[in-house]
Amino acid sequence: MTTPSTSEIVARCKALYEDLNFTTAREWKAAEAGRKVIGFMPIYIPREIIHAAGMLPLGILGGGDNLEVIHGDAYYQSYICRIPRSTIELGISGRLDFVDGMLFPSICDVIRNLSGMWKTLFPEVYSKYFDVPQTYRDEIGGTFYIGEMTAFMHDLEELSGRKITADDLRHSIDVYNKNRRLVRDLYALRAQKPWQAPASEAYLVIRAGMVLPVEEHSELLEHYIAAAGAEDRPIKDNCRVIVTGMFCEQPPLNLIKSLELSGCYVVDDDFMLVSRWLIGDVPLEGDPIHNLAQAFLHHSESTAAKYEPDREEKGQFLVRAVRRTGAEGVIFASPSFCDPALLDRPMQQNVLAAADIPYIAFKYAENSGQMQPIREQAGTFVDSIKLWSAA
Amino acid sequence: MKPQTIKAQPKDAIKDASMLKQKEMMAKHYDRLSDARENGEKVASTFVPGNLNELLMCFDLVNNLPEVNAIQSGLRKQSGAYIMEAERAGHSEDVCTYVKSDIGMMAKGNIGPNGRKLPDPDVLMLSYTGCFTFMKWFELLREQYKCETIFFQTPYMADGKITPNMIQYMVRQLKEEVIPKLEKVSGVKFDLDRLREYLGKSAKAEDDLVYILKSAKHKPSPIDAYFGGIYYIGPIFGAFRGTDDAVEYYRFLRKEVDQRIAAGLGPVTPDGPMGEEKYRLVVEGPPNYTHFRQFWKMFHDEGATVVASSYTKVGGTYDYGFRHDPARPLESLAEYCLGVYTNRSLPMRIDMLVDHMDEYQADGLVINSIKSCNSFSAGQLLIMREVEKRTGKPAVFIETDLVDPRYFSAANVKNRLESYFQMIEQKRSGASRGAAA
Ligand code: SF4
Ligand code: SF4
Repeated sequence: MTTPSTSEIVARCKALYEDLNFTTAREWKAAEAGRKVIGFMPIYIPREIIHAAGMLPLGILGGGDNLEVIHGDAYYQSYICRIPRSTIELGISGRLDFVDGMLFPSICDVIRNLSGMWKTLFPEVYSKYFDVPQTYRDEIGGTFYIGEMTAFMHDLEELSGRKITADDLRHSIDVYNKNRRLVRDLYALRAQKPWQAPASEAYLVIRAGMVLPVEEHSELLEHYIAAAGAEDRPIKDNCRVIVTGMFCEQPPLNLIKSLELSGCYVVDDDFMLVSRWLIGDVPLEGDPIHNLAQAFLHHSESTAAKYEPDREEKGQFLVRAVRRTGAEGVIFASPSFCDPALLDRPMQQNVLAAADIPYIAFKYAENSGQMQPIREQAGTFVDSIKLWSAA
Repeated sequence: MKPQTIKAQPKDAIKDASMLKQKEMMAKHYDRLSDARENGEKVASTFVPGNLNELLMCFDLVNNLPEVNAIQSGLRKQSGAYIMEAERAGHSEDVCTYVKSDIGMMAKGNIGPNGRKLPDPDVLMLSYTGCFTFMKWFELLREQYKCETIFFQTPYMADGKITPNMIQYMVRQLKEEVIPKLEKVSGVKFDLDRLREYLGKSAKAEDDLVYILKSAKHKPSPIDAYFGGIYYIGPIFGAFRGTDDAVEYYRFLRKEVDQRIAAGLGPVTPDGPMGEEKYRLVVEGPPNYTHFRQFWKMFHDEGATVVASSYTKVGGTYDYGFRHDPARPLESLAEYCLGVYTNRSLPMRIDMLVDHMDEYQADGLVINSIKSCNSFSAGQLLIMREVEKRTGKPAVFIETDLVDPRYFSAANVKNRLESYFQMIEQKRSGASRGAAA
């Protein structure tokens, strides 16, 4: 079998991205009797547990700019972000009718409240608000988290009618460790040679992991990394930037492309954090749930949706990302009305200012059509960085 | 004995005796805060939902509530300028205006409603209960004050129940994080018996508060459970829960309410006593504070009394049976936080509103949706639909903001309310025609 080219891989990922009927997930479910699909929203879910239950974790990231929202707007005031309304639209329009459960992680009050709306609107479907600790001591937050994960595991056992063993979990952790390593490899490649793996492609490749079985996605990542690394692509005189704030409601693909067209190489981002929330491999020895909890508490990404217990540490993750990737500036791109992104932004900006790192900020919606202002703003930012570094 | 109503200058708001007493208590508290440094008292800032006042008192800490400060700034028409100040400093126009009012107030010298500077907090008691914004709000304040920040997480009651895992998590946080840190900040050793004593007083005041809230079942209702309710909840949601002052205040208020019931009177509003009670309403959502009196008047003019509201449950759902319990001190603090209105799942909120509509024989539901408050607002349109469906009573949706005057459009609100009252009338005449047929 020949290895597919980058364009073939990206075309496949784009088709998956555009398919709001989730055909591959439907096909996966239909392929064997008794298979179940569990949808989840941003920001983080231990997908290993779903996988260990023999189910498919399916990332639901709203409707993007291709979905016509007919019903969803009747559920939300104009001053609430877009992702919950397009997600409701997906539900009401039957696009999620094959989904056996929905998970609403602890990220903000909108998704929190959406968990209750889902229960009200779709009472026959299993749905759960997935709470996580915001305190990180083993015997406090850790114990609570183990309790929550165990309860969730029992729910899935009930749903599937079979027990999840420690070995099932270990196997799933192993499979996801591999996937996370590959995602990080892709990020490393992009940080090193952003012209080889542009953000608009990397985005689609990672996004495919929201709908594909993890094993298949890992294979796809391997192929893409190999193909993108081998291809000869022109190097442009672009600026290296990090984008941050896009961890929940997704930007339209055009927005990422617009940033690239305005002269940005996006060398790091916080898209779909679920795919690299846990840093490093989760150990396979010992109690798997305990290991997942340890990884969550002590080796996980920082983001605006988390509490930072250490004042000195606030926002430093961004400074470190800038140093690690050689970025020349940071773009705060936040969904309109997004509490976590917008409340955190001034603090992160202060940290960047203290570290002499330039930044700009703008807002978007998943269905934003007009890219001209963003292009102009990003273009001006790039120019000013270039001027600044030439000075 | 007739209930006492204090006559005021025509333009001044008319207040009944309990309201004046409440005002006095609040004023005293603000003076205590302003004098804290001089008197060697330490200050803890914290939030209304998840307010651990009894615990803070065990460490001789004075409770400062930034939410209440923002409300005071709203009532005094200062919040608009504060919000603009915060936005100029880079805070988004989209986020909670309480936060921006607080930050703007800080930038402008932190002058409290008593016209005196409020002290910098010695500790930020970040009781993360029922609202995501709290977490970021105190991270923002921590950046400014650089003081000890104690984080205390209340899990969300998503499935409508409190699990042992939730309680254990919270009690552990209290024992191993919150209490040791409060001891360190205050230099006072924790005394469980002292906490029990305060909790006992809380429960007493809570009994009376429930009596007062439930008095709205009378026709006419002797209280307004939203606009008036805000006065009533002030002490117990704020710095007085667990004190003798609170016990006394609620006893006093209870007597006042009893007198009104005996005299067959409705509530006292800033524009005079309520006349004929034409409409009985349940309200969901916080009020607008920048035009509080004008907003209330729109109800008063139409003969509409609010007989129950969800906002008066943000600092505790006592009418659902919860009491602080000296026999289970830490567990009961945990249960208190878990049960507050904004920590309840959407289906629980719907159930509560439906219950209120039935229990208080309301004519309908008013939702005041706050532009900058996701905790309350996300999902309210579904709440409205469900309550209408389950009760068969009409609802109306109004959009304002808590303390941002830019989002209070008096004409819009008034129009909406007027058409709403007409709708209730139509429903009534339809029903009576139906009954006559
Ligand atoms: S976009 Fe922001 S506010 Fe909206 S659901 Fe996501 S995290 Fe919450
Ligand atoms: S509950 Fe609403 S108004 Fe209160 S702090 Fe949270 S977001 Fe702001």
